[in-house]
Amino acid sequence: MAFGPHLILATLEGLVTSAVLALMALGLSLVFGVMRVVNVAHGEFYMLGAVLAWAIASAFGGHPSIGFLAALVISPLIVGGVALVADRLVLKRLDYNPEATIVATIGLLYILQQVALTFYGPEARPVQAPFTYRVSLPWFGYSGYKLAVIGASILLLLATWFVLSRTRIGMIMRATQYDSETAQAFGIPVGRVYTGVFAVGAMLAAVAAVLIVPISQAHYLMGRDPLLLSFIVVIIGGLGSLRGTVVAALLIGVSDGIISVFFSPTLAKIIATFVVAMVLVFRPQGLFGTAAR
Amino acid sequence: MADALSVRGVDCFYGETQVLYSLDLSLRQGEVHCLLGRNGAGKTTALKCIMGLVPARAGSIRLGDVELTRLPPHEVPRAGVAYVPQGRRLFAEMTVAENIEIGLMARHMGSDVREAVLDLFPVLRERLRQRSGTLSGGEQQQLAMARALCLEPRVLLLDEPTEGLMPSMIAKIRQSVATLRDRGVSTILVEQRVDAVLKVADRVSFIENGRVRETVEVDRLREDPDIVKRYVGVT
Repeated sequence: MAFGPHLILATLEGLVTSAVLALMALGLSLVFGVMRVVNVAHGEFYMLGAVLAWAIASAFGGHPSIGFLAALVISPLIVGGVALVADRLVLKRLDYNPEATIVATIGLLYILQQVALTFYGPEARPVQAPFTYRVSLPWFGYSGYKLAVIGASILLLLATWFVLSRTRIGMIMRATQYDSETAQAFGIPVGRVYTGVFAVGAMLAAVAAVLIVPISQAHYLMGRDPLLLSFIVVIIGGLGSLRGTVVAALLIGVSDGIISVFFSPTLAKIIATFVVAMVLVFRPQGLFGTAAR
Repeated sequence: MADALSVRGVDCFYGETQVLYSLDLSLRQGEVHCLLGRNGAGKTTALKCIMGLVPARAGSIRLGDVELTRLPPHEVPRAGVAYVPQGRRLFAEMTVAENIEIGLMARHMGSDVREAVLDLFPVLRERLRQRSGTLSGGEQQQLAMARALCLEPRVLLLDEPTEGLMPSMIAKIRQSVATLRDRGVSTILVEQRVDAVLKVADRVSFIENGRVRETVEVDRLREDPDIVKRYVGVT
């Protein structure tokens, strides 16, 4: 393949990675931005979303799209429910203390991982894509499903932006993010906002997982790399910034795609980590974050 | 007439450090009651304790028939107590209109209340779409008061509202407090400026080491400035 088409293919692959990464990192960013909780278990919500997607899709017969659509709805709801219970049973009791919740979410990571290993097993299992249409480009054919993943991610990101910036619930979330004590002094039930945000953050990770599982496969250890990349995205973009998350996900995803194709995936990870280090040194609040006052 | 707000024997802690010791305070209907004291005396903590932001470990805080210490913090403003914190604490990234909307939401107030509040602080009407963090200090203070008044409170807690403001703006804030008193709003005002206190207050309580040492009518302060010197160190 000539260089030009090769570059287009690498960019498309990078965009798919960016799309999924943006959704997952957005969940992580929301949770930290609003609650000041570093959720180390975020990757396991992603894994749980994928594993549940396999279980749900397998339970439905008929056309693969039926099982996939069922998984796309049910899996995030279950994962959101798990996050809600975890918040009430663990994080709330720790009074959302930043240090204690890091340790607690590490514990949650291992619990979810081992539950998945026990009931799902160590195998990697695929979920069939809802359709197998290929888009014919002048140089090569490309998966229509992958393009749909990019489109779905854009829609979800726009929906999140709309909720955060144009609705009352978004205003409540932003007020809690900026100053939780003052928010309480104006009647905002901060505890309930935290629970809701933690559940929504986990659901975004689960949606990302359901979208990716027809491309990669569901596995009980699949949460590790996306968690690392999500942290990289969130640090570069600025914690709590939707715009920053999207820009950083594009930067990391597309560069990962291109560098992986033309050089090696390891070099892509080295460069991403180097960029994070530079951001932490020269702009610790991230590209679009606000400096702490 | 029953007190608008009554604080009885309240103990308050930051972690294991006790800050308020059996604090007693009564706020009459429609009065402006100032809290004076040195830095660290417990004035701000007293306001936070009334709001439930720092929980009272002992004692009672009653708003009419409602025992505020039994309510979660977010229910206190819904009961009718509004708070203007020290340093304004606006949601700086949000617009003026959004800050006002947050105030209206707590007690489900409508556009009539919004308009009444904007009539009281007309400069805000011209700035509705501006980010509140970009307002001048005086405008920010007016927004902080407007946001609190959107609750149509029975009791207003003001923590150093004139701090860092130019004299013309101090006069404006003082006038707003007087207007609210005329409308029947009872106010607890934490203030460092004794001259401002003498102009606007009905009564003054002196707080020292987390206790109310003395409560006097403001006329007595004019007659005997030594009281202020005793508790605050300056006149």
